[in-house]
Amino acid sequence: MAEMTYREALRSTLVEEMDRDPRVLLLGEDIGVYQGTFRVTEGLLERYGPRRVIDTPISELGFIGAAIGMAMLGLRPVVEVMTWNFSLPAADQILQNAAKVRYFSGGQVSVPLVIRGPNGAGVQLSAQHSQSLESFYGHFPGLRVVAPATPADAKGLLRSAIRGDDPVIFLEHAALYGIKGPVPEGEYTVPFGQAAVVRPGRHVTVVAYSRMLHLVLAVAEDLAREGVQCEVVDLRSLRPLDMETVAASVRRTHRAVVVQEQWPLFGAAAEVAAGIYERCFDDLDAPVERVTGEDVPAPYARNLEKLAFPDEDRIQAAIRRVLQ
Amino acid sequence: MAEVIMPKMGDAMTEGKILSWRKRHGERVEKGEVLAEIETDKVNVEIEAEASGTLHITVPAGQTVPVGHVIAYIDGQPATAEEPAPPAAAEAPPPAPEPTPPPAPEPPRVKASPLARRIASEHGVDLSAVQGTGPGGRIVERDVLAYLERRERVPPAAEADYEDVPLSRMRQAIARVVTQSKGQVPHFYVTAEVDMSRALELREQLQDALGEEGRVTVNDLVLKATALALRRHPDLNSQVLDDRTLRRFRRVHLGVMVATEDGLIAPVLRDADRLPLLQLAKEARRLVEGAHAKRLRQEEYTGATFSVSNLGMYDVVNFVAIISPPQAGILAVGRAQERPVVRAGQVVVRPVLQLTVSADHRVTDGVGAAQFLVEVKRLLENPVRLLL
Repeated sequence: MAEMTYREALRSTLVEEMDRDPRVLLLGEDIGVYQGTFRVTEGLLERYGPRRVIDTPISELGFIGAAIGMAMLGLRPVVEVMTWNFSLPAADQILQNAAKVRYFSGGQVSVPLVIRGPNGAGVQLSAQHSQSLESFYGHFPGLRVVAPATPADAKGLLRSAIRGDDPVIFLEHAALYGIKGPVPEGEYTVPFGQAAVVRPGRHVTVVAYSRMLHLVLAVAEDLAREGVQCEVVDLRSLRPLDMETVAASVRRTHRAVVVQEQWPLFGAAAEVAAGIYERCFDDLDAPVERVTGEDVPAPYARNLEKLAFPDEDRIQAAIRRVLQ
Repeated sequence: MAEVIMPKMGDAMTEGKILSWRKRHGERVEKGEVLAEIETDKVNVEIEAEASGTLHITVPAGQTVPVGHVIAYIDGQPATAEEPAPPAAAEAPPPAPEPTPPPAPEPPRVKASPLARRIASEHGVDLSAVQGTGPGGRIVERDVLAYLERRERVPPAAEADYEDVPLSRMRQAIARVVTQSKGQVPHFYVTAEVDMSRALELREQLQDALGEEGRVTVNDLVLKATALALRRHPDLNSQVLDDRTLRRFRRVHLGVMVATEDGLIAPVLRDADRLPLLQLAKEARRLVEGAHAKRLRQEEYTGATFSVSNLGMYDVVNFVAIISPPQAGILAVGRAQERPVVRAGQVVVRPVLQLTVSADHRVTDGVGAAQFLVEVKRLLENPVRLLL
């Protein structure tokens, strides 16, 4: 088990998959000469040349559309978006083509495409570039949506994404590229649709994904000193969503808190809470609590930005409320 | 999640007993498999699973529950809970048909978490007895567990000078009805004595002539006489609708008070005034037997316009009865006793029956009730009219 950063886990997986399969190629803005805005593609242009590491014009609609065409014809493109906010000009291609080609073609044509890049807030990128788009993409059948929180899951999920035959929305997080963690060596994969119980506990289930997982784990550690044992579930994959792992945990703890960075309405936390009510209503000893971002455009100012997104105090307060 | 409910096997069935569970709590069951054996009034039947999944038993074997009551769930999830506890000593007795079912006010909803409700139901805990310590007084898991622990610790109360017994559902219903009646209906009472010589003669003649077919009881004669008298005194065959309106019924439906082991129930003799005496006797016998066997359908014990209560089989002279609202009167019948009476200046022995009518003073007054009662008396003393 090697210790590496989230960024290195992504990069090494790209290298391993490009070495293994010549159909894998990269497209994106500033991924070649500049080596990637977050340095995920560092050295790859030199290693694979401009036919497999393609610097694109600033036109997401164009290069994502091109990648969909490549995928339909048998290549396995991995597109980097500088942040997921820049996918919005290409939303038509992603939602209307990538997500539906197999359906429209009666299963004859698949789109083995990965689109990856940072999602979410907390690094002072202001209102337009701090959005979390997992509910937006998670809404559409035909897409896979994953959001790894750790270097190991970044590696395992990216490998599943590249090897799978579906269009995958791969949500990284700008605040996570530098975090370190153990990563299994070799052909480590994490299947889609499998949440992980990353910390066992018997008093309350706390569900999170991506950056929020790390805040939840810190809170769980604090509360453990008081004797409160949180069971922490990392969703990892939002579509498909592994409600069975969540429900099994809630049946043990009888209480649940769901944490997300994004806005409250129609969010992943609401989906998870509804799934809990559907599966284990008679096991609940308290209403499910949600912790979400504030219902406002993300502020740029650091002090206001901190107020707009969940922090450890708010997560801890929610856990205490369900434990009443 | 599929519910397994106590099935209704036939119109008369109001409750059923779980004789045995064929599947265990937590066991996987397949659609169509036999889950349990149920005892009804008439037969024992098997209940089959209507879905596949894990069985969660909520009512243990040996308990009786009303029709429609959930006795288990089937879901696709693995179960971890233990076998449900044996029925608690303080288990509420099964509900029985109520004498005059008034719409019972819903008890205030108890605030409890779903988990607390589930545990309470598995252990037969009445949540209204549990103190909630959750937010806003909500009953949560720990409250039910604490209650269960206390209940197990309570020693058997042997030394007390009294025992507290929970009222059966039927007693509770009777309590509601009579309290409402005595509180809201201004009762008054009129008593008369009836010479039953001729009525008893008629009874013997009928039996001699027709044998078993001609069997009528004193009560049947009183019922027939009451029904005919009500036709002539419709103020007592009525109902107070509001301050300004009295509803007089054109038909006479007599409630016949029957004391069963569970409590009082009043099956209804419909159109008692028009039923020929022998038919009336037969119908009354059927209803009384049905009441004891708990076989009455709801329409057989609702809709009376006047009632008759007879304690003649017990050695009482007379008594006064409480009106069953919304009826306006009830006739209390004592025992026909041999008594010295004066006839034409001579003391003779005659069988004498005391009748007491309780009437709603809003619909009539002493004279009206007296006229009704005298009409009943006249009919019983000249009983040939009962045969017309």
